[in-house]
Amino acid sequence: MSHASLSDKRPGSSLRGATLPKWFPWATAAGSIVLGIGISAVAGLDSDIQWGLIAAILFVLGSYAIAAKVEGRRQAKDRVATSLVWVAFILAVVPLASLIWETVRRGVKVLDGYFLTHSMGIVGDKEPGGGIYHAIIGTLEQVGLAALISVPIGVLTAIYLVEYGRGKLAKAVTFFVDVMTGIPSIVAGLFILSLWIITFGMGYSGFAGSMALTILMLPVVVRSTEEMLKLVPNELREASLALGVPKWRTILKVVLPTSIGGITTGVMLAIARIAGETAPVLLLVWVTPLINTNPFSDPQASLPVYIYLQYANSGGAGAAYDRAWAAALVLIAFIMILNMAARGIARWKAPKTGR
Amino acid sequence: MDISTNTTAPPLPAQPPAAEQKRAARATTRPGDRIFLGLSRGSGIFLLVVMAAIAVFLTYRAAVAISKDEANFFTTFEWNPTGSPPMFGIAVLAFGTIVSSIIAMAIAVPVSVGIALFITHYAPRKLGGVVAYVIDLLAAVPSIVYGLWGILVLVPKLDGLYGWLDDYFGWTGILSWQGGAPRSLFTVGILLAIMILPIITNVSREVFRQVPQMHEEAALALGATRWEVIRMSVLPFGRSGIISASMLGLGRALGETMAVAMVLSPLFDIQVSLLDYGGGTFAQNIASKFNEANPLGRDALIASGLVLFVITLLVNGAARMIIARRKEYSGANA
Repeated sequence: MSHASLSDKRPGSSLRGATLPKWFPWATAAGSIVLGIGISAVAGLDSDIQWGLIAAILFVLGSYAIAAKVEGRRQAKDRVATSLVWVAFILAVVPLASLIWETVRRGVKVLDGYFLTHSMGIVGDKEPGGGIYHAIIGTLEQVGLAALISVPIGVLTAIYLVEYGRGKLAKAVTFFVDVMTGIPSIVAGLFILSLWIITFGMGYSGFAGSMALTILMLPVVVRSTEEMLKLVPNELREASLALGVPKWRTILKVVLPTSIGGITTGVMLAIARIAGETAPVLLLVWVTPLINTNPFSDPQASLPVYIYLQYANSGGAGAAYDRAWAAALVLIAFIMILNMAARGIARWKAPKTGR
Repeated sequence: MDISTNTTAPPLPAQPPAAEQKRAARATTRPGDRIFLGLSRGSGIFLLVVMAAIAVFLTYRAAVAISKDEANFFTTFEWNPTGSPPMFGIAVLAFGTIVSSIIAMAIAVPVSVGIALFITHYAPRKLGGVVAYVIDLLAAVPSIVYGLWGILVLVPKLDGLYGWLDDYFGWTGILSWQGGAPRSLFTVGILLAIMILPIITNVSREVFRQVPQMHEEAALALGATRWEVIRMSVLPFGRSGIISASMLGLGRALGETMAVAMVLSPLFDIQVSLLDYGGGTFAQNIASKFNEANPLGRDALIASGLVLFVITLLVNGAARMIIARRKEYSGANA
């Protein structure tokens, strides 16, 4: 792109070439949306996905054509890239916003105190009424048990990796923690099924589900704890050890308290992740409409499985769909609260790194 | 990081070497230390044992199932473990899993890279922060909720799009539509794309953040437009990051269960057209067939789960290797 050709194209301009006004992208966007709706109306297309796609295509092509005419090809390409990035953003935000909106809108219909405190024991699949009390109990117990098992093991493993780990064993553990992170939840469920139920001959129970959830939760706890322990400044450890404190007490009294905020965050995020797991629970805990407070024997309910059953067993009954949406809203709210609390703790207790 | 060697070293140079060694030995054999080390090492070993047990038990049950299978496990288009003779194979499941994942990747990767660029390079700083936070939260929405949304909100909206694709691209054969509910592998692909958007976006965003400021400023100083800056400095730097992010997303798409089980209208057969309902995926098949499976049926499902396990291991392993290589590479450059 020589100077001559530039000045050829834009005679009379100063240092900058001709530019389109600032409102150009907005005008193009508005124009293409109007055109998109117009074309769809004329052609008799009824789905909003269709006119949205037409408008998006018109927007990208239109901004390229106009910009190429006025500003030159390089600027036009830049404009297309910008509009594509905006289109990508909108494409992604629309379904995600719709997901939240629909869950809240349809979920609040039957969500009340009665819904939270009653089970489905005497309510048929297609009848209105009933609630999620049994499912809440099941989810809390299964997730709680999984956390009870995986938090000590996970934190100790992370301590081993950061404070002691050298050599082959530590490398192997690091590698397999990564591998474990990628295990599909259904495979974790199948493993516990073949071990606990087929080989040991145990029955379906909340505890079987907890074991599968433990497999999913462990690597997350190890990873996040490891990251947090690495943030603890070495000076703290050295100061404690120099005072003659044994290493294990240094870890328990100095390293862990310093990083406890981050570890708590990691654990809560891990709990949020497993609370929504459906597949392994469906395989291992089975289903029941009744309240079962004992996680060690007999099937239990849980929130995700409850949602699935309300959808799958209802044959399209509106009352069941309403319950499914309400349970989904409760589940999302639970997970989001955990998430936000975790982030809050992370911000509040962020370890002060060495200076 | 290496504390043990520092602390057991004697503070006084006047001490004789023999006493020094004695002290070092005593320091490492304190009972509390030994117990604690044992506990933490034991946890690490426990983790390895669990991984080994997963591999062993799945392989064992799968071997039991395959030995009773009268048909070829990898090429049979049938799932009938209760029949006599029992015949089942994973060809349909492998096809469905791969096709739906490819569709998901084809949609999700460009869009995610776009959002990551939007957050890091295009959006006003405040909006970018909000978007990043929202995407983070959405990564936590459970798959069952995506499934519920997919079947009750997304599927009814797709009728028009399907008819449209059939009108204009039906002649290709792979995009023809015979009517019927749009609960096909194509819809599954769209839903999976929405589900893996957050993870791909988050990882690529982190990579784009790490692009050296100097590269971008150098390109800008040469008069590059914003797109040229991205094409010349951001994307080449982030390429391996995008690849590994995509593979992490792929790993999730391959193993996704409930959302697929709810949206797909399964049929144990391979459809030529992506838009016709039917087909199945590994995870979906396990979840929907498990209820009525007899012991051999369960083993057969475990065998298909083992195949899924191996595939996701390979995909995730490759992603981790790319990330690890990149770490060394960028560390050397820093």
